Amino acid sequence: MKTYLSVNAKSYAVEHDPRRTLLDTLRDDLGLPGTKKGCDHGQCGACTILLNGERVNACLCLTAMHDGDEITTIEGIGSPELLSELQKAFVEKDGYQCGFCTPGQIMSATALLQEIANGAPSYVSDDLDSAALTDAEIAERMSGNLCRCSAYPLIREAIAMAAEGKE
Amino acid sequence: MRPFDYHRAETFDDVTSGQIIAGGTNLLDLMKIQVMTPEALVDITRLEGLSAIVPEGDGLRIGALVTNSALAYDPLVRAGWPLLSRAILAGASAQIRNKATTGGNLLQRTRCPYFYDTSQPCNKRTPGAGCAAIGGGGRMLALFGTSDHCLAAHPSDMAVALTALGAEVEIHGANGTRRVPLQDLYVPPADRPDRETILETGDLITAVILPAPKSGSRQGYRKVRDRASYAFALVSVAGAVTMEGGTITDVSLAFGSVAPKPWTIPEVEQMLLGQPASDDLFRRAADLLAPDPAPHPETEYKRALLRRTFVATMRQLTGLADTTGTDIARAEA
Ligand SMILES: Cc1cc2nc3c(=O)[nH]c(=O)nc-3n(C[C@H](O)[C@H](O)[C@H](O)COP(=O)(O)OP(=O)(O)OC[C@H]3O[C@@H](n4cnc5c(N)ncnc54)[C@H](O)[C@@H]3O)c2cc1C
Ligand code: SF4
Ligand code: FES
Ligand code: FES
Repeated sequence: MKTYLSVNAKSYAVEHDPRRTLLDTLRDDLGLPGTKKGCDHGQCGACTILLNGERVNACLCLTAMHDGDEITTIEGIGSPELLSELQKAFVEKDGYQCGFCTPGQIMSATALLQEIANGAPSYVSDDLDSAALTDAEIAERMSGNLCRCSAYPLIREAIAMAAEGKE
Repeated sequence: MRPFDYHRAETFDDVTSGQIIAGGTNLLDLMKIQVMTPEALVDITRLEGLSAIVPEGDGLRIGALVTNSALAYDPLVRAGWPLLSRAILAGASAQIRNKATTGGNLLQRTRCPYFYDTSQPCNKRTPGAGCAAIGGGGRMLALFGTSDHCLAAHPSDMAVALTALGAEVEIHGANGTRRVPLQDLYVPPADRPDRETILETGDLITAVILPAPKSGSRQGYRKVRDRASYAFALVSVAGAVTMEGGTITDVSLAFGSVAPKPWTIPEVEQMLLGQPASDDLFRRAADLLAPDPAPHPETEYKRALLRRTFVATMRQLTGLADTTGTDIARAEA
C-alpha cells in the first residue's frame, strides 16, 4: 500500500506492508536513522518524533494510519553547522554518554519546551494552571525517555539551559 | 506481527470490518508479540465528530478520539473535573498520552505478565487454557471481583477518575446509540475472562459523558507505584468530597488496579456520608476495603496499601491534611 508523508518538510510517497511502523519507515525506507529503536514497545522513548507538532513514539505508529501527516525527526531540527538550542545545550552540558538515547531525548525536550510555553500542566505541577520549569518538572515530563547510561542529571541541566536561552 | 488487512472507517457502521484501532498504543504493542492477532484492522482515527470536548448541559461530552493529553489539558476539565486531569497525567508518558485516545484507554488490556507471555497458559488469551498466575507470581493482580479463572486487574488511571466522577459511555451499534454507566461497560471475568466488556462486534464507543461537577467538591487522585513516574499503579484512589462545616455531605470514590475494572464500594461511601471527618472514621471505613485473604498471596500487601492510600486520600480531601495535589502520594508511598 502507499502512504504520503511529509518528513522534515520534504514530501515522500512510501510503498509499504500494512504492518510497517513509522519507525521502520523512517529508518529503513527513508534513510533517516537518527530516530532510534530501543525497545519497539513504547517503553524507552528512543524513537520519539514530532507528529503534527506533538511528541509520540514512532514505534507505536502504523505508517498506514498517518497518510498526509507532518513528521519532524532529529535530522529536521538542526544540522552539524547549525545546531538547535537544545542540541547546543546537550553538547555544552555533556547531556549524554553513549548517545543512543540522545535523539529521542532532544526530540522529547523540544516538545516539552513547547508544552511549557502552552501552559500544559504535569503530574508534579502543584497547580493545574501553572507550568514552571523546575528540576522536578523536567524529570517528570522527560520520564518517557530512558537513558541506560543514566546521564539524567546532565540531560536535565541541558534542558534547563536551553529553556533559559529561550526566555 | 501477523499479516492483517487494513481498512479506514469512513462511517460509524464501517467498524464491523475488523478490530478497531485508535491510538494503537496498546493494540500494536500486543500485536507485535502476537498476543492479539486480528486478521483485519479498522482505523477509526479519520471518523468525524469524535475528536471534540463540548459542554453538554452543565456536564461535558468527550469524543472517543480525544487524546489523553488533550483531555488532561482542557481548560474546562482542569477547572471542573481536576481529578480527571490529575489521573491522566499520572499515567504513561507524555508521548503515549499524545497518542492514546479516550475510548482506547477504557479498553486497554490487563498488565498481568502471563497475559503477555505466549509460552504460558492464560484464560484471557485462550479461554480454557488455564491461568498461570494461580500458583505463579502475581504482585500486580487484583483484590476484588476476580474469578477462579482469572485474577487480573484493569490498569487504567483515567477510567478510575471517570468512575468516581459518574461518567457514562456512549456506544454506537447495530441497533443505534445507547448510553451506559462506565461501571456497566465492564463484565466480571467469570469463566470467560477473554470477554471484558458488553461491547459486541460492530460496537463503537463514540463518547464519554461527564455529569456536572458537584460544586465546591474537592477532588484528588492518589497513585502508588514502584517508581515516581512512568509505571502502572499498584493501587490508586480517586475521590470527590463535598463538606459543609466539618461534615461530609457528598462523597464519591473509585479504586484502581485492584479489580478487573475501576472498583467501587458503596458501603464505604455510606459509612462516610453525613459524618464529621475524622481519622477514626476513615480507619473504620478502611476496614471495608480489605478482603481477607487476598485472592493471591503476592497481592496480600495491596490490602494494607489500599487501606493506607484511602485514609491518606480522605485526609487530603477533607482538609485533615493540608496538602493538596498528588505530590504527597509520592512523599508518603
Ligand atoms: C509503556 C506504557 C506505559 C503505560 N502506562 C500507563 C499508565 O501508567 N496508566 C494508564 O492508564 N495507562 C498506561 N498505558 C496504557 C495507555 O494508556 C493505553 O495504551 C492507551 O490509553 C490506549 O489507547 P489507544 O487509543 O492507543 O488504544 P488502542 O491501542 O488503539 O486500542 C485499545 C483497544 O481499544 C479498542 N478501541 C479503541 N478505541 C475504540 C472505540 N472508540 N470503540 C471501541 N473500541 C475501541 C481497540 O480495538 C483495542 O482493543 C501505558 C502504555 C504503555 C505502552
Ligand atoms: S490472571 Fe487472568 S490474565 Fe493473568 S494469566 Fe490468569 S487468566 Fe491470564
Ligand atoms: S523504540 Fe519506541 S519507545 Fe522504545
Ligand atoms: S546516553 Fe547512553 S543511553 Fe542515554
